[in-house]
Amino acid sequence: MSAAKQDRTKEIRERNRKLDEQTVLLIKKTASDIHRKVLARHKPDLKFPVRALSNVSYSEKRGYLEIGTQKKVRTLTVSTVKTFAQTLRMMSLSKSLIETGDFATKRDAYYQSKNWGEAMFHDQPESDTVMDDIEALFSVHQVSREQLRFIPDEHGGAVAGELVVLDPDPDTGVVERIDCTRFGSGAYSIPSSVEGLSFETSASFVLAIETGGMFQRLQSHKFWKTANCILVSMGGVPTRATRRFIRRLADEKSIPVYAFVDCDPYGISNIYRTLKVGSGNAAHINQFFCVPQAHFLGVTPQDIVDWKLPTHPLKEVDIKRAKDAIKNDPFFQQHQTWQKAMNQLLKMGVRAEQQALAKWGLNYVIDEYLPAKLKAAGKFLP
Amino acid sequence: MNTSGRSNRKSSSLPARTAGAGPLFAAPVAATGAALPMLTPSPVAALPMLTPSPVAALPTLTPSPVTALPTLTPSPGIPAAALDQPVSRAVEAASGLAPRPRREGPRLTAADMAGRQREISISEFFAKNRHLLGFDNPSKALLTTVKEAVDNSLDACEEAGLMPDLQVEIHRLSEDRFRVAVQDNGPGIVKSQVPKIFARLLYGSKFHTLKQSRGQQGIGISAAGMYGLITTGKPVVITSRTGKNRPAYHCELVINTKKNEPEILGDCEVEWELEHGTRVEITLQGTYKKGRHSVDGYLRQVAIANPHARITYVSPDPDDGGPMIFERVALGLPPEPVEIKPHPYGVELGVLLKMLKDTKARNLSAFLQAEFSRVTLRVAAEISERAGLSAGARPHQVSHEGGERLHAAMNAVKIMAPPTNCISPIGEELLLGALQQDLHADFYTTVTRPPSVYRGNPFQVEVGLAYGGGLSADDTVSLFRYANRVPLQYQQSACAITKATIGVDWKKYHLTQPRGALPVGPLVLVVHVASVWVPFTSESKEAVAHYPEIIKEIRLGLLEAGRRVALHIGRVRRDREEGKRFSYIQKYIPHVGIALQEILALSDPDRETLVEVLTGVLERSRSGGDET
Repeated sequence: MSAAKQDRTKEIRERNRKLDEQTVLLIKKTASDIHRKVLARHKPDLKFPVRALSNVSYSEKRGYLEIGTQKKVRTLTVSTVKTFAQTLRMMSLSKSLIETGDFATKRDAYYQSKNWGEAMFHDQPESDTVMDDIEALFSVHQVSREQLRFIPDEHGGAVAGELVVLDPDPDTGVVERIDCTRFGSGAYSIPSSVEGLSFETSASFVLAIETGGMFQRLQSHKFWKTANCILVSMGGVPTRATRRFIRRLADEKSIPVYAFVDCDPYGISNIYRTLKVGSGNAAHINQFFCVPQAHFLGVTPQDIVDWKLPTHPLKEVDIKRAKDAIKNDPFFQQHQTWQKAMNQLLKMGVRAEQQALAKWGLNYVIDEYLPAKLKAAGKFLP
Repeated sequence: MNTSGRSNRKSSSLPARTAGAGPLFAAPVAATGAALPMLTPSPVAALPMLTPSPVAALPTLTPSPVTALPTLTPSPGIPAAALDQPVSRAVEAASGLAPRPRREGPRLTAADMAGRQREISISEFFAKNRHLLGFDNPSKALLTTVKEAVDNSLDACEEAGLMPDLQVEIHRLSEDRFRVAVQDNGPGIVKSQVPKIFARLLYGSKFHTLKQSRGQQGIGISAAGMYGLITTGKPVVITSRTGKNRPAYHCELVINTKKNEPEILGDCEVEWELEHGTRVEITLQGTYKKGRHSVDGYLRQVAIANPHARITYVSPDPDDGGPMIFERVALGLPPEPVEIKPHPYGVELGVLLKMLKDTKARNLSAFLQAEFSRVTLRVAAEISERAGLSAGARPHQVSHEGGERLHAAMNAVKIMAPPTNCISPIGEELLLGALQQDLHADFYTTVTRPPSVYRGNPFQVEVGLAYGGGLSADDTVSLFRYANRVPLQYQQSACAITKATIGVDWKKYHLTQPRGALPVGPLVLVVHVASVWVPFTSESKEAVAHYPEIIKEIRLGLLEAGRRVALHIGRVRRDREEGKRFSYIQKYIPHVGIALQEILALSDPDRETLVEVLTGVLERSRSGGDET
């Protein structure tokens, strides 16, 4: 192993160690605040951000849907003592997970509680609620659930291209180097938690693709090589892991992200919007998961015209979704260009899938469409 | 009506709407007034005990020379047909309507038939129609016998100003034969009155008064004795003593059903431990029952409504383990009910017509003022004017038609409500004490409503409620109905009290209530209707009639009691909740300790301190002493 690589390993370990240290410190601080308050014979409390749409706004500066400053105080009283005890025990579990380099899914945590005697959960929804509370509690301090070692069940999408993922083994401490150019016709699969990962890349952008089929075509024909990019398959609305992976990659390597999705209200207002600014329902975690660097490559409503794409008529639900986005979504309200594009789509009354380009030849997308679009990257929809 | 009532005059000069049961004490007025007539009864429409009518004359009918011991079998010489007459016939005959030939067939002549037609004694009538008096079946007969004797004893004690101390004994003589003995510390009965009171129907002191009392018609105890005689052939045994310096009188009586006359089988003077009082013993065929219609249940209900009485009960069931004693709660007797004159709004046409005939008043104005309550000179003038009669008219000469106009006028003129001080309620405090003593519950409340008036009759409603404790939570509530302190045992569903109770939305008061039924829960409801004239649905005096005014008062009383019990139930629930919360603290605080110990690496003593302090903090907040 070269000295540079050794340094890199050390650096990664150090970074992850620090991250965990901060998380544990925060858990301890929360606990000791409670401890101190009790000893002073006061009723301790926990402050959670209010998770309602009324406490959510679009931050133009940060580029995502942001949780407001409203707080809900849960004081330890007779009626809250049960959940209070469970929340603290869940935090204790998190601390021990961090200290032992382990993790737990929601289901795992639920079963772990079976050792807590009276404080055990009788149903997973109970434990999920407590975990969501903890997630919200720590989100205020910029600590994500994944950092608390509570990971989602769902894994992330597929990755291929000019990227080396540095993945430290929690048991041995050896940092694995995963070269995403070397998966042949396969791809690297984003793990459930991406917090410990680091990246090496010389790519100039990340291409986030809606469908597995399109990803497969671009991967098989090594589009990443010709375009010097990283391909990520989102598979519909991207999972937490996928979003966090793209975000961390874009942050760490300061490279732009281009979204390539179907031209329909779902592709635009659900997939792309979620990728870029997060969702209103889980605004407290958007700070970790949104990708403000993302731009909309296509397929745009104008592309349908310009590339003479075959279309399908908009369905009732599409129209409703588009109108709702124009009217109520703070992200779309913020961007005139998006309003225009959505109105154009509604006016045409049709939608087009990314694979519609296959009308002009299966590899038309590689040979003509993407190169042409990328030449005008500055003109992508925000 | 009652145009031939001259000989009744003496007894009917009293306002005559109420009835009275045969009392255990001497009643001179009634005795002299009513004992006399043995004559053709007046043509009053019906038997007095069937409809409250102004009959004053006791329908003791033409005496028959036969003096055989009363039996159920007709005496020789009396055609069976005479006894087998249907009730309507009997009533007709008893009320003395002009005899009409029966159309039985062409074979009999009017003369033949006349030979068969004869008077029927009131005793005979009831011997055949015993269900009218509450002797329909053996178990009811036993309870009715106890009830009649107890009613009489209580009335007698109260009128004499004595705190009642009753002893009720039931001795089992064989499987279905019992001897009921009821003994009181009342004033006793003078020797000459004893036979009439206990062995003659419709002999009493209360029939002619408008006053709150238990008994009304003067039938009860004699009927019980008659029932005993019919079913076992045994006489009624009476022991009575009127004072310290007089000997006790002991006798055995039977009622001659033919003549409605008592017959003394034997009498003597005896030593008796009581200074004064009366003991009646009746041997009868019956069934001793436990549960809802049991004697002990009945006496418990009596005790609740009569907190000034002490009742000892000796049960025939050896399992009951000795005498059961219901101690008195009250220190003194209830205020004696005051007798009042009828109010013009409550008087019936027939009664009014009879009063017109019987009055001593010389003119209509004086009559109205003298015989009715709340009638002033001005009101009397207004009534006469509206009736188109002269205020100076002689009451005896007012025509039937004029009487009708007078009746209409009396109901049309605005007249002040009758006085209500004539009612003697149990009282909230005493009823509460009685409930607390006789029922095992967690919560008790009582409501005495202000007196009110229905159809010119003052009445007052009281409600008592006991909740929780030993009362069964899964059963329909026990509804104890009372009229003038007498528990009503049968015909619950026909009673206004039941109707009013069902009409309350008990769900509001945290009880369950099936649609259109009594509520379910650990609850005893006591409803007492006291009145100078309690309107019963029938002569069996088992259900209060559905007067809207009465139902409304009962409802208001129940609502008030309901609100109070709801508060109590709410409090109990909160306490239970509190208890649950307390166990919550006990359960979960240790986990707060464990979690903080794990996170902060506390020592065990540190953790224990934390748990202790936190428990203290939460308990303080639980009892409301929080600092924030």
